[in-house]
Amino acid sequence: MSAHDTHASHGSHGGAGSYLVGFVLAVVLTVIPFGAVMKGMVHGSQAVALIMGAAVIQILVHLRYFLHIDGKTDRWTLQALIFTIFVLGIVLGGSLWVMHNMNTNMMPTAMQMPMGD
Amino acid sequence: MDMAKMMPMMVGKLTMDSLPLHEPIVMGATAFMGLVGLGVVYAIHKTNFWVPLWRDWLTSVDHKKIGIMYIILSLVMLLRGFSDAIMMRTQQALAAGGAQGYLPPSHFDQVFTAHGVIMIFFMAMPFVIGLMNVVVPLQIGARDVAFPYLNSLSFWLTVSGAMLVNASLAIGEFARTGWLAYPPLSELAYSPGVGVDYYIWSLQISGIGTTLAGVNFIATILKMRAPGMDLMKMPVFTWTTLCTNMLIVAAFPILTVTLALLTLDRYLGFHFFTNDMGGNPMNYVNLIWMWGHPEVYILVIPVFGAFSEIVATFSGKPLFGYKSMVYATMGIAGASFLVWLHHFFTMGSGANVNAFFGITTMLISIPTGVKIFNWLFTMYKGRVRMTVPVMWTLGFMLTFVIGGMTGVMLALPGADFVLHNSLFLIAHFHNVIIGGVAFGCFAAMNYWFPKAFGFHLNEKLGKAAFWCWFVGFYIAFMPLYALGFMGATRRLQHYADLAWQPYFVVACAGAGLILLGIVFQITQLVVSIRDREQNRDLTGDPWNGRTLEWATSSPPPFYNFAKTPKVEELDAWLDMKKKGISPLPETFQPIHMPRNTWAGFVIGIITIPLGFALIWHIWWLAAVSFLGAIGCAIVHSFNEDRDYYVPAEEVAEIEGRAAIAKAA
Repeated sequence: MSAHDTHASHGSHGGAGSYLVGFVLAVVLTVIPFGAVMKGMVHGSQAVALIMGAAVIQILVHLRYFLHIDGKTDRWTLQALIFTIFVLGIVLGGSLWVMHNMNTNMMPTAMQMPMGD
Repeated sequence: MDMAKMMPMMVGKLTMDSLPLHEPIVMGATAFMGLVGLGVVYAIHKTNFWVPLWRDWLTSVDHKKIGIMYIILSLVMLLRGFSDAIMMRTQQALAAGGAQGYLPPSHFDQVFTAHGVIMIFFMAMPFVIGLMNVVVPLQIGARDVAFPYLNSLSFWLTVSGAMLVNASLAIGEFARTGWLAYPPLSELAYSPGVGVDYYIWSLQISGIGTTLAGVNFIATILKMRAPGMDLMKMPVFTWTTLCTNMLIVAAFPILTVTLALLTLDRYLGFHFFTNDMGGNPMNYVNLIWMWGHPEVYILVIPVFGAFSEIVATFSGKPLFGYKSMVYATMGIAGASFLVWLHHFFTMGSGANVNAFFGITTMLISIPTGVKIFNWLFTMYKGRVRMTVPVMWTLGFMLTFVIGGMTGVMLALPGADFVLHNSLFLIAHFHNVIIGGVAFGCFAAMNYWFPKAFGFHLNEKLGKAAFWCWFVGFYIAFMPLYALGFMGATRRLQHYADLAWQPYFVVACAGAGLILLGIVFQITQLVVSIRDREQNRDLTGDPWNGRTLEWATSSPPPFYNFAKTPKVEELDAWLDMKKKGISPLPETFQPIHMPRNTWAGFVIGIITIPLGFALIWHIWWLAAVSFLGAIGCAIVHSFNEDRDYYVPAEEVAEIEGRAAIAKAA
């Protein structure tokens, strides 16, 4: 159907500037943990915390600058966000739970996945 | 630089040995594929179809044409996947005791891998996405999908993936790992050839297409419904399409990432899933099923929608429990993310984890049962017309319930420890995938064919095809349940116990009967096209339909509706018929439509050499084709002449012709 009919209700698509800010932040948040681990500046649970922390902040950056979720969004965007969080929770939480049990049962001599029980 | 150093740079790992010159079966298949290809080219040349082919099909952004092309791709790949099935069945019927059959293990392993990959990714997926394309914009009263160019690109990326799988037959080999390519077997150490690389890149390329299609359909359904069609007035097929595409968008990135990690292991020496250096192959299994379980629901949920439309139309009654159907669909879609571990109960997560996933798996049968009862209650006291789509639907209900029950058996972790990896499992999932997805696709094809093409499919041949498939399915797969209990594992190239052989022979005969069903289906298509003038659907509404796709002519004009319909009730078209509202406007208005574009086709096809180059490590070609694809996308982005208005006179003329045909 026509672009005129369907685009009227949309929120802001952001300008080139906001995409650029998002991109730079995403790169920085990738380089920091990658560099820190490569240079051997962090180890063990510290490394995990740094990687996970930077990843979470990067997700927020994506949401804000690429997906434009900023409080003025419509109902569908919000519902999509909730669904995403639901799936992410299952994928991350589920994987940690399942793999922790796998490692405990099946690889008793291997290094345990470093995480709190 | 001398030749010995130049060659690997030019052609990567390709050598003359990559061609299957010493394998007569493979050479035969390759030659057959080549002959069919040449035949198609000759036919196009002979009928001067090149220009119309380019103008009306390859560059088309019309959702109906893209949908038809998806389904053609799917049917072609069905033949390829089914030849693999027949090869496995005959091999297993022969190779007992001292006999070795005719397929060596290295070939047999490629055959079962290709069978699974083709049937899931290049038969079932294109078919359901093709159905969504043909039907959904019509059902919601829209003129096209939200992003027509993206739709074309999605399709051609899928074609590219399918072509890479087919290329593996002629050049090199396909994976020998099973359809999910578990490491460590799929790692470089144990699969040094190009087979797994063919697997990875064909799935990555077609997977991008699928993800984009998911985005496209969500946007289409949420933003482009006809005025008045709020969510709870959407046809059930549109609902199931919405839920399916939400699953696609949520699940396919997991597949993409998992395969990307395997790619890093194989290409750059990483150790995500290797045995050594801290890798953990079990995490691949965990991740791939986190996509894989939603994937089977991505296949089956749309056909649930198709069955719902068919049951309501041919019973002449509103669907029983529309709301419960919608909530059951959403429930199944949500729960499909909570059961993935049942695919690897035996990997050793322990009793608590297994108990959790066993229970969630059993719970999923509740909303599924709701659907079955809804269909039954819709038919109850209805005047059911026993057309071909209804026969497929009845066959589905019986078969799917049996498959569901064996599924609940497998959901018990204790039983799963006995039946895991056996032919019982194979029988179970074919029971739900053939009985559910394949039957649903055929039902939908017979149901919507008159809408898409303007003439009916032959009823008699359709029924013959149904009976062959239906009976053939039971003969082919019931013996596998028994064999599973007797201890036969899946993927056996040879077995020692002669007591199993009769069961395998019966199963092979069943596959033969299914082959007969496929022959009937091909005949049905040929005969129906031959007799198309006698079978014309001039009304646009051959089944006395309920939803908006039947409100326009068959085949619909490229703009779908001369006037955007106004929706007041569920089953909008039935409501319009009752109230005597004409789908035509009093005066015709210009209609805003997207222009065709070369970009989707060209970018999609460029990814064939891209994938091929990545598989064979031909880096210059990979770079050139990657830049080519990106370049085309950039060039296309500067094209601002993307839409136009169909003049009111042209609309009036097209509608006038349809009206005259209808009156005549």
